[in-house]
Amino acid sequence: MPEPAHSINLKVNGVSLTVAPGTTVVAAILMTRAHTRRSVTGEPRGPLCGMGICFECRARIDGRAHQRSCEILCAEGMEVHTQ
Amino acid sequence: MREHFDILIVGAGPAGIAAAVSAGTSRERVALVDDNPAPGGQIWRNGSMKDTAAHSWFAKLDTTSLTRLQGWQAFDCPEPGVLRAEFRSECRELHFDRLILATGARERFLPFPGWTLPNVMGVGGLDSMVRGGLPIAGKRVVIAGTGPLLLAVAAHLARRGAKIVALCEQAPLRRFVPFTAHLLREPAKLLQGITCVMAARGTRFYTGCWPVAAHGTERLESVTLQQNERQWAERCDYLACGFHLLPNLELPALLGCHIEEGFVVTDRLQRTSVADVFCAGEPTGIGGVERALLEGQIAGWAAAGNIQKAARQARRRMRALSFVRALKAATALNSQLKELASDLTLVCRCEDISFGELHKHACWRDAKLHTRCGMGPCQGRICGTAAEFLFGWDSASIRSSIRPPVFPALISSLGHSGVSERESESLTGRNID
Repeated sequence: MPEPAHSINLKVNGVSLTVAPGTTVVAAILMTRAHTRRSVTGEPRGPLCGMGICFECRARIDGRAHQRSCEILCAEGMEVHTQ
Repeated sequence: MREHFDILIVGAGPAGIAAAVSAGTSRERVALVDDNPAPGGQIWRNGSMKDTAAHSWFAKLDTTSLTRLQGWQAFDCPEPGVLRAEFRSECRELHFDRLILATGARERFLPFPGWTLPNVMGVGGLDSMVRGGLPIAGKRVVIAGTGPLLLAVAAHLARRGAKIVALCEQAPLRRFVPFTAHLLREPAKLLQGITCVMAARGTRFYTGCWPVAAHGTERLESVTLQQNERQWAERCDYLACGFHLLPNLELPALLGCHIEEGFVVTDRLQRTSVADVFCAGEPTGIGGVERALLEGQIAGWAAAGNIQKAARQARRRMRALSFVRALKAATALNSQLKELASDLTLVCRCEDISFGELHKHACWRDAKLHTRCGMGPCQGRICGTAAEFLFGWDSASIRSSIRPPVFPALISSLGHSGVSERESESLTGRNID
């Protein structure tokens, strides 16, 4: 992998993060904690499939609810909120 | 927004890319729609540029004249000749004369106690996290399940500095090795390389072996593995566990394509039972990249009316079919895997429905109506396939509950105009949180 030309700054649940270009939002979330959501009975859940099938990684991204964070790349200034 | 294409291709994995490149050489107006941030599907995800085949197909795609709808999720077919797709809050109606479905495959997951803990992922699942930037160097990883993906992912993660503490293939050794060798292009060399790298890092290989429980509170801490009568625990940061691949059949089923024994039926030119709808790659049989490329080319040429060229390639496709059958046999699941879940083990992760609640029911429909199993955002993609294996429920009847939208979509995307921003935020297709 070539060295990234620049880095991307975003916030996950208010925490500032700097990641390499090409980083998925779910990977950024996992850099801050292991779970992406709480299940309907309150269990912590993390991503399972990594390919937009299981919906365990869904998060609010730039105000849009229920986005599959494994299918979206981090962008400068992005704000991510998990449940 | 309404657009018309002569040929619309769904899925930008190897099959979809090959179809787009082949169809794109004609004068047809071609579009390629795919839900991922970049083309390549799962197998050629970010980081595959060293793969020469991937590199050459990406280069061909870049010089092909077509409309690329990258990041768009196709979710409905409101009438013949029309697909609806969504990107963030935007929705488009894509009208087409001919459609090529290259929807790929997903992993099969089987429930066992603790499989819902954070850091228990699919094999391709963990690989995709790492390709997406998750740091893995120095992490202890157990890789388990079945299929050629296990070795490939183990090798990739080991190269990235992960410590693969155990690699557990559920199939017995005699069944597995020949097919791994067959699938990987330079088998002897590659296997030797993988073995060297991982042996040097202390990886142990087990066959006829699988996880029986994952432990931890807020996240995974260890996993109990079983081989024959022996059980032991491995401390680990990640458990990557997946039981081979299953085709993504939701869109073909919604369109009414004939499906037999779990795969879309096509003729030698990749035509499905529905007029002007073609299908290529994993949905017609799990057979790997080369077969997907071949089928994509055939579908692309056939859809563009270049029947001679398509027919010539179709002869090569026949040879790939025997491999599909062989791979299926090699990855057949040990029936003991049906006994891993306890009554309390969740099967449906969206609605938190346990094995104990489900096994009282006679069929998928019954279970769904009484428990809400399969009615969450994944729409049964994970639990439906698990239930099929665990309870022997008929896959055709599970598929019969497929209806639009096949992926959760905004209400505004379903054609209800005048919906306020706030209202349109609640998603349809299921009850979400």
